[in-house]
Amino acid sequence: MSTTSSHSATVTLPSDEEILITREFDAPKHLVYRAYTEPELVRQWWHARRGTMTVVEIDLRVGGDWRYAMVADGGQEVAFHGTYREIVPDERLVTTEIFEGAPAPEPGQEVIDTATFAEVDGRTRLTLLVACPSREVRDMIVASGMEDGLQDALDLLDELTVTLR
Amino acid sequence: MARAATTADAFNAVAEPRRRQILDLLAGGERPVNDLVRLLGLAQPQVSKHLRVLREVGAVDVREEGRQRLYSLNGPALKPIHDWVKAYERLWTERFDALDLVLDELGRKEEDDEHHE
Repeated sequence: MSTTSSHSATVTLPSDEEILITREFDAPKHLVYRAYTEPELVRQWWHARRGTMTVVEIDLRVGGDWRYAMVADGGQEVAFHGTYREIVPDERLVTTEIFEGAPAPEPGQEVIDTATFAEVDGRTRLTLLVACPSREVRDMIVASGMEDGLQDALDLLDELTVTLR
Repeated sequence: MARAATTADAFNAVAEPRRRQILDLLAGGERPVNDLVRLLGLAQPQVSKHLRVLREVGAVDVREEGRQRLYSLNGPALKPIHDWVKAYERLWTERFDALDLVLDELGRKEEDDEHHE
């Protein structure tokens, strides 16, 4: 099996408060679910090759907490935590997601992530719906993709090549 | 920071669902205001208000033809928004590319385990 096959994740903004991320994997859903919920496995991919994971804690039960932290290659620390609200093994995970670099949200104002695992012919479609309390929070999350300096540089290069065309 | 502000302005203008509908309609080509009013089922002042916001961030262009005002989409102005989403998309693409490797290994281990049973 090829380990370098690169499929793009697709990001859409279905409403003012939502972000929808989808991606297909060449694996049955019970494996995708494991990779999503076992700390030793999460540790291997969540960093997006942008740094080193320092914390992966998962208490996989309704009401249980999770916390991920990494040190990005640029030296800055990034950490998120949340609480599991719904767990359907191999099918669905609903959790709150709180970015630790911003003031803590009021209760009821947390971002809610819903991950859905759907298998067709041995392949799994992962759908991650990020529901935000407001458009401002949604926009801030989308903008986080821009924080990486390299990405900014690539974007500028992108813009430049469009201008030069 | 000027760049971020520009992106945010354009983004906010475009994030409104009615305005996205207008952009969708204009994606099919230039249209007069009356067309938009009819297709959206909104009152003319409301449509004009949305068009004004879109014009302010440069998302649409307008030109006069006889007694009509024709609106069209301005693609390049929408590029910052496109880029904004693209950068976030790249984060997840990189994250999921790394997840692919984890899954490959899990798949191999599972096969091995089956052979041993």
